[in-house]
Amino acid sequence: MTEPVEFNASCPIPRSNYAQILLAHGGGGRLMHQLIEDIIVPTFRNPVLDVRHDSAVLDVGGARLAFTTDSYVVRPLFFPGGDIGTLAVNGTVNDLAMSGAKPLYLSASFVLEEGLPVETLQRILASMRRAADAAEVQIVTGDTKVVDRGKGDGIFITTAGVGRIEHALAITPASVRPRDAVLLSGDLGRHGMAIMAVREGLEFETTIESDCAPLAGLVADLISGGIQVRCLRDLTRGGLASALIEIAEAGGVQVHIREAAVPVAEEVRGACEILGFDPLYVANEGRFVCFTPEADAEQALRILRSHPLGKEASIIGTVIQKAPALVTLESRIGATRIVDMLSGEQLPRIC
Amino acid sequence: MKFVDEYRDAEVARGYARAIGRQVTRPWTIMEICGGQTHTIVKYGVDTLLPESLTLVHGPGCPVCVTPIELIDKAVEIAAQPDVIFCSFGDMLRVPGTTDDLLTVKARGGDVRIVYSPLDTLRIAREHPAKQVVFFAVGFETTAPANAMAVAQAKREALSNFSMLVSHVLVPPAMEAILSSPQNRVQGFLAAGHVCAVMGYQEYEPLAARHRVPIVVTGFEPLDVLQGIAMCVAQLETGRAEVENQYARSVRREGNTTAQQLMADVFRVVPRKWRGVGEIPQSGLGLREAYADFDAERRFGPAAAATHVDSECLSGLVLQGVLKPHQCPAFATRCTPERPLGAPMVSSEGACAAYYRYRRLQPADAPVSERHP
Repeated sequence: MTEPVEFNASCPIPRSNYAQILLAHGGGGRLMHQLIEDIIVPTFRNPVLDVRHDSAVLDVGGARLAFTTDSYVVRPLFFPGGDIGTLAVNGTVNDLAMSGAKPLYLSASFVLEEGLPVETLQRILASMRRAADAAEVQIVTGDTKVVDRGKGDGIFITTAGVGRIEHALAITPASVRPRDAVLLSGDLGRHGMAIMAVREGLEFETTIESDCAPLAGLVADLISGGIQVRCLRDLTRGGLASALIEIAEAGGVQVHIREAAVPVAEEVRGACEILGFDPLYVANEGRFVCFTPEADAEQALRILRSHPLGKEASIIGTVIQKAPALVTLESRIGATRIVDMLSGEQLPRIC
Repeated sequence: MKFVDEYRDAEVARGYARAIGRQVTRPWTIMEICGGQTHTIVKYGVDTLLPESLTLVHGPGCPVCVTPIELIDKAVEIAAQPDVIFCSFGDMLRVPGTTDDLLTVKARGGDVRIVYSPLDTLRIAREHPAKQVVFFAVGFETTAPANAMAVAQAKREALSNFSMLVSHVLVPPAMEAILSSPQNRVQGFLAAGHVCAVMGYQEYEPLAARHRVPIVVTGFEPLDVLQGIAMCVAQLETGRAEVENQYARSVRREGNTTAQQLMADVFRVVPRKWRGVGEIPQSGLGLREAYADFDAERRFGPAAAATHVDSECLSGLVLQGVLKPHQCPAFATRCTPERPLGAPMVSSEGACAAYYRYRRLQPADAPVSERHP
């Protein structure tokens, strides 16, 4: 075969947008941000919403309140380290904590699918009660709806929460300054890989447990310890990468991290290698990043590490300049590259 | 992590980079065939450690990128049928066909499922006897043995509701096509380690001899790639053109003969169109007549030739290594992973997507007009 081959360098013009909602619109990546920024936010635009924080900060009769809501859809309902009930409480508690608030009260709404065993519901409710007690919040109002069999995935839960803000800090991406330190409260990827392992039937020498946990106590320790907390964000869908990119873009700063400083447990790395996933993008439910002035970083690290949920905390990077707004990473072999937001969910690779 | 960290050691990497720097006396252009290697190079910044006179160009070894649009269209058409469960590896779902991708079919109610192994598809077929269960068999020699096994097993079980939409491609004919092209500037190759784990590397020996080009079978970790480059440069600098094996921990010269036998039993070599490149003779695999009952194109009708659509996408030149992704005028502006103009922007193994995710701030190192024929 020595005949030259005719090359035809053509490609089709693809669809430029999607007329339907795709699963990727919920994946924590660019498509989800487009949906929120282009479709949802413009409809409701107001000064509180425009801050784009994990929770809205409200001035009510002189008191500063944090207010947030979140819906929980997860399959399987029960997984190592938690279940949909613990997620529904801790997720909302953590969104409040990320404004430095003390979480106080939650609501809980349930969409139940016809045929769901009552025993399953009771197990989930008991988990919610335990999680609420541990986070020192009360579930004070709620709602229940039932849908036809096949119209829901067993159970969907929506929680909302309010908390009181007692500090005078402005905890927001706009407060981040060049030379600030970036702290990470623990190792990455446990929740996402725990769920994947159950879904895909992967077995490892040790079971990967979700990191699902309430973070308000850790944040309270930082603030009461006198740390000048500039910005906080919990790492959920889209992982560390998406959280840092959101902060870099909202704050107009460049965030630089060192890959070697980011803790990832052996079993999580192993599972990620098998599936072709990058731990930077895997979901967490009990981890957050904290931006502080350089001078406070070591003290903040000591405070985090002295808390049971922050033993693996580390300083992973720094804010290096005002522009361009992006996240860069020093790879393990010492080269620098961009960390970009994924389009949608991570998809397992072919080979 | 054992057996991974050893291959990502910063000190050793710098040592290799320095050794390569000492070896190089003039400009060389080396192509890594496999998209997995492209990903490693860009993700870890392997190329930034290399001397400037050494150019790495990215080959056509991304199965998602080279699957022809006709077959994506056929997949979309089959998956949209109400009695079909369509199974695919994950990253095929976002590849645009002429009008739709599989994600859109799924959003409209089509039963499209991501599987990790073609054998999972057999289980789905057993569990849903009233449905037609179709697997999208794409990829190089790496994925072909498992796909062959699935078809052979389906035949043994007489699983009549299972079929495969086959779009397998082979590496050596693509290398032959690149080397024979008048635009070729590749002087050495890193061959794809996992393809060679299956096929061995004897079939590359005539290529190396005929075209006077060194070929180094190379793995996928940063140090594998650096060592492969070092071996390739050593050959170029000393005027040798041999097949060498960097990835000896996985690859033997004769390959995995059991897997090869399975492939030969089920598949035959056929001409195949490569997206962005064109038809390459004897470059694909199709089902043998004995397994024709499991051919989705027989069951659902053959893929129709896609109507030619003009586009500014230059992916054909990227897949042949003529252009680097960021030298394309549409790169990162009119072509992004959310709105791809071509398949290399879709998959994590695609060269354009790798550059977009890790490199898009770099200015193009040469104006496109100088390179674009």
